[in-house]
Amino acid sequence: MATLKELAAKEERFVGGHTSCAGCGYPNIFRLTLAAIKEPVAVVGATGCCEVNTSIFPYTSWKVPFLHNAFENSAATCSGVEAAYQSLVKSGKIKDESFRFIAFGGDGGTYDIGLQSLSGAMERGHDMLYICYDNGAYMNTGIQRSGATPRYANTTTAPVGKVNPGKRQKKKDLAKIMVGHNVPYVAQTIAGNWKDLTNKIEKAMSIRGPKFIVVLATCPLGWVTKTQDTVKLTQMAVDSCFWPLYEVENGKYKLNYDPKDKKIPVADWLKLQGRFKHLFKTGNETLLAEIQSEVDQDWESLKALCDFHSKQGVV
Amino acid sequence: MSFDPQKYTGALTVGELPEGGIWTEPGSSLMRKTGDWKTLKPVWDKNKCISCLTCWAYCPDSCIKIEKALNEKTGKEDVKNAGIDLEHCKGCGICAAVCPPKVAAITMEKAR
Ligand code: SF4
Ligand code: SF4
Repeated sequence: MATLKELAAKEERFVGGHTSCAGCGYPNIFRLTLAAIKEPVAVVGATGCCEVNTSIFPYTSWKVPFLHNAFENSAATCSGVEAAYQSLVKSGKIKDESFRFIAFGGDGGTYDIGLQSLSGAMERGHDMLYICYDNGAYMNTGIQRSGATPRYANTTTAPVGKVNPGKRQKKKDLAKIMVGHNVPYVAQTIAGNWKDLTNKIEKAMSIRGPKFIVVLATCPLGWVTKTQDTVKLTQMAVDSCFWPLYEVENGKYKLNYDPKDKKIPVADWLKLQGRFKHLFKTGNETLLAEIQSEVDQDWESLKALCDFHSKQGVV
Repeated sequence: MSFDPQKYTGALTVGELPEGGIWTEPGSSLMRKTGDWKTLKPVWDKNKCISCLTCWAYCPDSCIKIEKALNEKTGKEDVKNAGIDLEHCKGCGICAAVCPPKVAAITMEKAR
């Protein structure tokens, strides 16, 4: 697994000058992903912050072939690019350079709008990696709620008011949905842990077939957080067990990090985010307690699953 | 038809657009100087820096410059922090926040 010096020694294939907000959490995902891959790469991006920020005419932040398609079809488009490449190689029209294919989408483009095309591409077994950068709402269009928005977060379409304490529904568990596709590799990580992220990218690249990684990324605008806290915030999501680091190889769950006695109350993480400000008003203690018990339950069941698989032995 | 983003004035007519809407210059976003967005600027102390490159890993705007230099102790090529690209840095303060507290080689100051 690569060290930071090895990653930094290479020419960057995702450059600055893009228009993401100061302190944005997702750009590192793509900087580090491209740094961690040795082979030539082609990228397909769904509509969303990343696509909009990195490819406003006539500028591009990509130094690899990049294709934008709509919210709903980046996975379908990428699967077509991959199939065309394999066919051209097979017929001898181009030589095989071991090209890697990556599709990405934000949470809106993945949890919601692009889910059907992602499901199809994974099921058909294309040799591609889908990366979802999840900042928990449609940030690009003005912080509308998505299937990834955590319970009780404030968004413009599920605002906090007298009747509603923010979004009432629980966040979807996308990694588990992808595990249900029986693909060889599914992983969950954060933008604020370069080592875990690049290890997972390297692992995904060593496997042929469909792969899926979901990466939690801070959005200072939508989370209402300080720009300098971007890295710390996703790390705290892990330490509170709201967003555990794990991977699923051929159906076997493996925990990559257990905070053990360093586990922090989820309130410590929520407190730093303006989108959860209302939870700290008197009278809302039960809402906070509800979030904590939900996090604890999910954490215990994930741990039990990982324990079960580790006792069965590594695949 | 190849298209030169350097000559783009923001007033292209449809006929002047590159065919198929193809962007022809990889990494051309560097022509956009996002450095003027900042209200705070990072100040890097070369003498304190231990080149752990944590700031490189987390700068969202690829502003930590890298140089390859010979390490005199090991005789091997080493990868080092070579300062900050202030032309694109947006002043978010992430680099200062992730620099190891014992080192604290980056401090944020008023940009103007
Ligand atoms: S202040 Fe932000 S944009 Fe500027 S160098 Fe530091 S991390 Fe990068
Ligand atoms: S994080 Fe601090 S010590 Fe490490 S390379 Fe950056 S400035 Fe130097």
